[in-house]
Amino acid sequence: MAEAVLTVDQLRVAFSGRSIVHGVTFELQPGRVLGIIGESGSGKSATCLSMLGLLQRATVEGSVQLAGQELIGLNAAQLRQIRGRKIGMIFQNPASFFNPIATIEQQFTETLRSHQSLTQTDAQSSALHHLSTVGLSEPERVLRQYPFQLSGGMLQRVMIAIALSLKPQVLIADEPTTALDVITQMQILRLIQQLQQQTNCAVLLVTHDLGVIAQMADDVVVMWNGELVEQTSVNQLFDQPQHAYTRSLLAARLTPRLGEKR
Amino acid sequence: MIIQRLLNHKLAWLGLSLIAIVLLISLFAPLIAPHDPLAVDLMKKLQPSSTTFPLGTDHLGRCILSRLMYGGQVSLSIALIVVMFTTLISLCVGLVAGYFGGRLDHGLMRLCDVFLAFPSLILSLAIVGTLGSSIGNLIFALVATHWAGYARIVRSRVLSVKESHFVQAAIVSGTRSLPIMLRHILPYTLIELTVLATLDISHIVLHIAGLSFLGLGIQPPTPEWGAMINDGREYFRRQPELMLYPGLMLFLTTLAFNLVGDVLRDVLDPRMEKQMRVKTLKTKLENG
Repeated sequence: MAEAVLTVDQLRVAFSGRSIVHGVTFELQPGRVLGIIGESGSGKSATCLSMLGLLQRATVEGSVQLAGQELIGLNAAQLRQIRGRKIGMIFQNPASFFNPIATIEQQFTETLRSHQSLTQTDAQSSALHHLSTVGLSEPERVLRQYPFQLSGGMLQRVMIAIALSLKPQVLIADEPTTALDVITQMQILRLIQQLQQQTNCAVLLVTHDLGVIAQMADDVVVMWNGELVEQTSVNQLFDQPQHAYTRSLLAARLTPRLGEKR
Repeated sequence: MIIQRLLNHKLAWLGLSLIAIVLLISLFAPLIAPHDPLAVDLMKKLQPSSTTFPLGTDHLGRCILSRLMYGGQVSLSIALIVVMFTTLISLCVGLVAGYFGGRLDHGLMRLCDVFLAFPSLILSLAIVGTLGSSIGNLIFALVATHWAGYARIVRSRVLSVKESHFVQAAIVSGTRSLPIMLRHILPYTLIELTVLATLDISHIVLHIAGLSFLGLGIQPPTPEWGAMINDGREYFRRQPELMLYPGLMLFLTTLAFNLVGDVLRDVLDPRMEKQMRVKTLKTKLENG
């Protein structure tokens, strides 16, 4: 197996003495998709956010190594270098993640220029290029528009374009499709998959949607109550779930069975 | 949009037109004032209103109407300068404190507490008293007594905007702090600041008048409403108008800015907008 790009070792997160994540350990291989599933409050998002030092009032212990570099305990300036450039992130509900009073161009170029020394014109053409890779038909128009003028699916594409424009080694996707309708959801997942293969970045996919996991993930970790209860390949997960919680999670799936109403 | 909604209020009209009148009179005082406000003529002192002196003369025989017209110039321009500086300083302090948090925030807020702990008139008296009374010191004293309250309001606003998803997203993508503060946070603090500044102009005008009344603000012979009230004090029994007219001007100016500030607050409050929309929808439904 190749050298892991992201190694999480005994990660613990606590808010004022109350432990939220108790000792999570997993590895992410380059070019692979690792799904993290679990119910709400199981510590999925806390795990991801703590890696980037985004939980301000939390105490984080353990180790998170990105290609050999320890992330826990970095200062603000060092963290800023990691955020965006080394680890990109996309979120659910893209509409709220854009500032309604700034154009897409302003928000895109500001990210680019925070990490690269670019002139505004260069940043603009770079943004245009990246927007065209995420399947937006009129990138010039999108650049000039405000977030509320775009649909949720389009905004999610823009968010993906911004996240991948800095060529991060790891992309954290925190429920990227939860707020979208099923068709857009599928398009976005395909897009992430396609771009992931092109850029060979590793993806950490946080979701509670087993369908998304089945389609996207290579490996899966199951979290429950702040603990990692099962770590397996995606086929194993569906064929032979080991932990009782995983089995109950699988059983809670909604499956369409016609003519069989309880 | 905002201006249109502002103009829908009758009170805003009243306030705005009063402000406009006061501003225009002050601005064009040199053109419309009947006399030189500084021309002393002891032979004509304490005259009642006449055709040459529409509002009479003061104890040095100066034309009161002309002095009233010129009086606004100093007060209003100082008030505007003070508001500008307080806004600037409080924006810097509030943004930095709210955004970076931690010890920096703690330190800056304790500094604010120190300034807020003194009654503002006493603090400005102390500052002007020790530094000497000049216009520069007056501005300094007023800014020193006003910035802390503004800074706290900016900071509290920054704290809530900082939690919004788009600021978090900008932080996650490693955007530098300065663009985050300027583009994603600053615009959202401006509404509160605008309302506060408008309401506060009247406060500052009164503050300047108060200091001048005590002889620490604008120095004679420069015409100023507060100082004019002080001048008229000795002749209160014989000629109460000497105090009445400048007091009236202060009253109208203060009222005007308060009215506009109040309406502005209502208009800029997004909750009000929703109520308005519901109201118009209701009337539309009722009318079919």
